[in-house]
Amino acid sequence: MAFNAAKMSDALTRNKIEVPSGIGDGVLLDVFQGFVHELRAAGLPVSMTENLDAMRAVEIVPLSDRESLREVLAATLVKHFRHRSAFDTVFDVYFALHSGGVNPEEDAGRGEVGDAEENGGVPGQQGSGGSGEGVSNEEIAEMLLAALMSMDRDQLRELAAMAVSRFAGMEPGRPVGGTYYLYRTLRQLDYEALTGRMMQRAAEQVLDGETDSPDAPESLEARFQREEYEARLREFRDLVEAEIRKRLVADRGVEAMARTLRKPLPEDVDFMHASREEMAQLQKAIEPLTRALAARLAQRRKHRNRGQLDFRATVRHSLSYGGVPAEPRFKNPRVSKPEIMVVADISGSVASFARFTLQFVYAMAGQFSKVRSWVFIDGIDEVTNFFAESDEISEAIHRVNTEADVVWVDGHSDYGHAFEVFHDRHLSEVTSKTSIILLGDARNNYHASQAWVLKELRQKARRLFWLNPEPRGYWDTGDSIVSDYGVHCDGTYECRNLRQLERFVTAVIEA
Amino acid sequence: MAERFSSVQEVVDRLRSVDYLSDTGIAGVVYLADRLEKPILVEGPAGVGKTELAKAVAAVTGSRLIRLQCYEGLDESKALYEWNYKKQLLRIQADREHETDWAVVESDIFSESFLLTRPLLEAIRCEEPIVLLIDEVDRVEVETEALLLEVLSDFQVSIPELGTIVGKQRPIVILTSNNTRELSEALKRRCLYLHIDYPELEREKEIVRVRVPEIDEALAEQIAQVVRSLRSLDIKKAPSISETIDWARTLLLLGHGAVDQEVIADTLHVLLKYQGDIAKAKKELVTEGKSILRGTESGKTL
Repeated sequence: MAFNAAKMSDALTRNKIEVPSGIGDGVLLDVFQGFVHELRAAGLPVSMTENLDAMRAVEIVPLSDRESLREVLAATLVKHFRHRSAFDTVFDVYFALHSGGVNPEEDAGRGEVGDAEENGGVPGQQGSGGSGEGVSNEEIAEMLLAALMSMDRDQLRELAAMAVSRFAGMEPGRPVGGTYYLYRTLRQLDYEALTGRMMQRAAEQVLDGETDSPDAPESLEARFQREEYEARLREFRDLVEAEIRKRLVADRGVEAMARTLRKPLPEDVDFMHASREEMAQLQKAIEPLTRALAARLAQRRKHRNRGQLDFRATVRHSLSYGGVPAEPRFKNPRVSKPEIMVVADISGSVASFARFTLQFVYAMAGQFSKVRSWVFIDGIDEVTNFFAESDEISEAIHRVNTEADVVWVDGHSDYGHAFEVFHDRHLSEVTSKTSIILLGDARNNYHASQAWVLKELRQKARRLFWLNPEPRGYWDTGDSIVSDYGVHCDGTYECRNLRQLERFVTAVIEA
Repeated sequence: MAERFSSVQEVVDRLRSVDYLSDTGIAGVVYLADRLEKPILVEGPAGVGKTELAKAVAAVTGSRLIRLQCYEGLDESKALYEWNYKKQLLRIQADREHETDWAVVESDIFSESFLLTRPLLEAIRCEEPIVLLIDEVDRVEVETEALLLEVLSDFQVSIPELGTIVGKQRPIVILTSNNTRELSEALKRRCLYLHIDYPELEREKEIVRVRVPEIDEALAEQIAQVVRSLRSLDIKKAPSISETIDWARTLLLLGHGAVDQEVIADTLHVLLKYQGDIAKAKKELVTEGKSILRGTESGKTL
């Protein structure tokens, strides 16, 4: 490998890039390889070629600052924008930055937890940032407000360091995630109320005390101002987060830290255990994903099988070859789009799964000739109209959750009863063009399964699928009766994340 | 060959001289592409200046821009080369009386004079400096992507009848994608990756001022603020940079010196292209003001 470790080591130290554990020639290569390894562990597909490119790139580009190292590595290693945030996290851990001047004490104490304890629980940071002794909490708050108003970035960085020292209460070796410290710090700073206080401060400066009553709707200017302040606060929050991360790395070492921060990529997030933040990410990921899938399927459908020979077109085209039918022309094949019925369990345990799947299916509605949907817990209700009447899928989903009449007796899942009602009301509408998709974990609370319904449905329908958001290992444990239903289905699929959902929808449309 | 840029900062400065405002991310990747001789794959929402980047790079390096616009159904004969069948037929027919040896005819009709060059081959055979832009590469089918691979990794084309044609230079190659589908791993592996997103407030303001020089700073600031506000809404299609610039020009033409609610309501259709989005934005940005008015009026009457 054409890799000049000495040169790179030199470049890195010159530019204050902090490399964890002692800097040495072989070690540096190890650091980069550790970095790549961690990216792979986080789920990013980094190939050998890309790895080599990154090493070449690091040599070529003069590392004038840490940000360009970040960009260079990102350009060579990360080939999908959804993976960028995962990359940034790993990068921040592996290439933590000294704040301000290099503090020799900090270097000496690196990795020794005992030393950190002597420093009052905070490794390093005795220099400029410091914990700001002699400054009261109110003064910090006041300084923060002032710095945010004037957007003094250096001052903000210092304040972030100070706030973390004082409020996060970090203890070496304590197995707590960074989010916990972040939460503590921000709570002490009264983060939520800061936008309001900044707005107030700005109003005071402009109007000299004469302000609108606080509950009046905001004007255009006020709105812009609020958005500006919110953006500044987000920046400050990021600074605090970076500061905490830096100290955690110093405390626990790079690899351990990277492991704790490892998060699944959006397409691998488990529907059933997604945090609220991950939910928002999924929400964002679903739309481009469906658009991409629709485009791909439309293309493939068009090119998969050609229609009959178009004699007229062939003869006409042959004229340009002097009457030789060199290029036969074909008619476009007639496409038959499947009709879809979705029947989804929306009881608490699987609600988010049902929501994403419905959203996904409706986003793909153009690929089907007709989509109808039902939701149930122990009662069942058709919700097709909600989607037809609402312009936006999210609005429809909201109506499904609030308006659908899905409780029959006690609001605990009863698949048997729901299926029975479905059978009575809608069996006649199932035709040989219909594909039926059933969603749920089949945890039936020990009610009767009424699996005969599925048997009859399958006889009438084109195909019948079951999607289960639980890992396959949990199927048929406890009150789960997937197999009772599964024997009557054309397929039962584990569907825990977007990746699996996408694969399933592709299969349904293409078959 | 000689490098085109000597530092990342130089890329920023020179792009700026042709009115393209880059940032460290964009300039860094362009610099890297020049040094590593690798193509750049640019992704991002529509209208953030992906194609513009290629044009700007061509302009600052004094190169000719060769553009291959991709579309569904693009194939070898449109992207690389095609034999001129009609001319070949003519050649064979013209030859009937002379009864030339078939081998001679064959070698003749498969010579370069019967070859129609398409953008990729043209780029490879070009003597002068060029920038090759392969636009909207996500529109071609996955199978067709493969024909780009040889060009991208080695900058050469193999034509069965003629052999391999190797490029005389390594130009900067820029591919753009709107992300309508996932590109193949093989393609991504050969490229440097650059994701351009909507710009920060400050940069957007700068872009407006550079592109619409007649505009004054206060108005540019307001424009950038409105656009940021709109992008934070949950709408189908957020306004792109090009739409921001269009809007700035519109305001100038209409002689608005400042943005207020009425102006926004009247000209919102320049920024947003869906009726639903416009209605939503009006609800968020415009009616609020009316209720303020009502609020103060009722306050006075009290």
